[in-house]
Amino acid sequence: MIGIEHYLVVSSTLFVLGVLGIFLNRKNVIIILMAIELILLSVNLNLVAFSAFLHDLVGQVFAMFVLTVAAGEAAIGLAILVIYFRGRGTIAVDDVNRMKG
Amino acid sequence: MIHVFAFYLFATLCIFSGAVTILARNPVHSVLWLILAFFNAAGLMVLVGAEFIAMLLVIVYVGAVAVLFLFVVMMLDIDFAELRAGFVKNFPLGLALAVVLFVELFVGLIVRGAGSVALGKADGSAAQAADASNIEAIGALLYSRYLFLFEAAGIVLLVAMIGAIVLTHRQRTGVRGQSIAKQNARRPEEATVNLQPEVGKGVQL
Repeated sequence: MIGIEHYLVVSSTLFVLGVLGIFLNRKNVIIILMAIELILLSVNLNLVAFSAFLHDLVGQVFAMFVLTVAAGEAAIGLAILVIYFRGRGTIAVDDVNRMKG
Repeated sequence: MIHVFAFYLFATLCIFSGAVTILARNPVHSVLWLILAFFNAAGLMVLVGAEFIAMLLVIVYVGAVAVLFLFVVMMLDIDFAELRAGFVKNFPLGLALAVVLFVELFVGLIVRGAGSVALGKADGSAAQAADASNIEAIGALLYSRYLFLFEAAGIVLLVAMIGAIVLTHRQRTGVRGQSIAKQNARRPEEATVNLQPEVGKGVQL
């Protein structure tokens, strides 16, 4: 029988994959944004699993709010990416040091 | 039995496509694998009876966010080979950190499985009624107890939309646009001059 532990293993694996993605693709900010989406997906999976196994719908309502914030974050992040590319002609983020004093 | 099979299918595909998302050479492939990961996560959510969140995930992510990613990846002319330069160099550190994180999460899981951590009991005030569907129960909760949070989420989306528009909108200079007000305000007296120049001399305007 599938218990909550199975879901927790899947969601923690996805979370770790997201963190690993941020580390591996330190230059490519598009992949970093996708890795953040993976992390938020794993959090949502966690919330929904607990909500289902504890018979409490608040987790699913909260997962919806997380989804809202994730969508807004993706939109703003990509907008920043577009204007950054317009100004610099590249999206390599490991040498973003223009504001360094 | 079919439940267990479906869980392992969705879970395996979800983790595999998540891994390919961060490892793929081409960002377009990354986005497509991300979409597959979201689909399978939605399948996992359907399995525990959270249909509404699952469908929301498919609509919002596959319909909007993933298409936005694809749009940006294809719009920007980027040399992706150059961006992968530090990949091998970062691999050991990233992998070590990932292993540490995973072991920590797993230890937490084992501790919980050993019964050392007592989870709080839900008070049952937000439980799904036996005769209500998932979407009905969520709606009843969302539009009553969490109404203000729901509207706050709407404001978050509005601010994100305005922010994205303000950031990417640009005023082009050097473009000759038409100004209706300027055209209408123009009068013949200030636009034309009557002169009677002498023969052989030019006109100074």
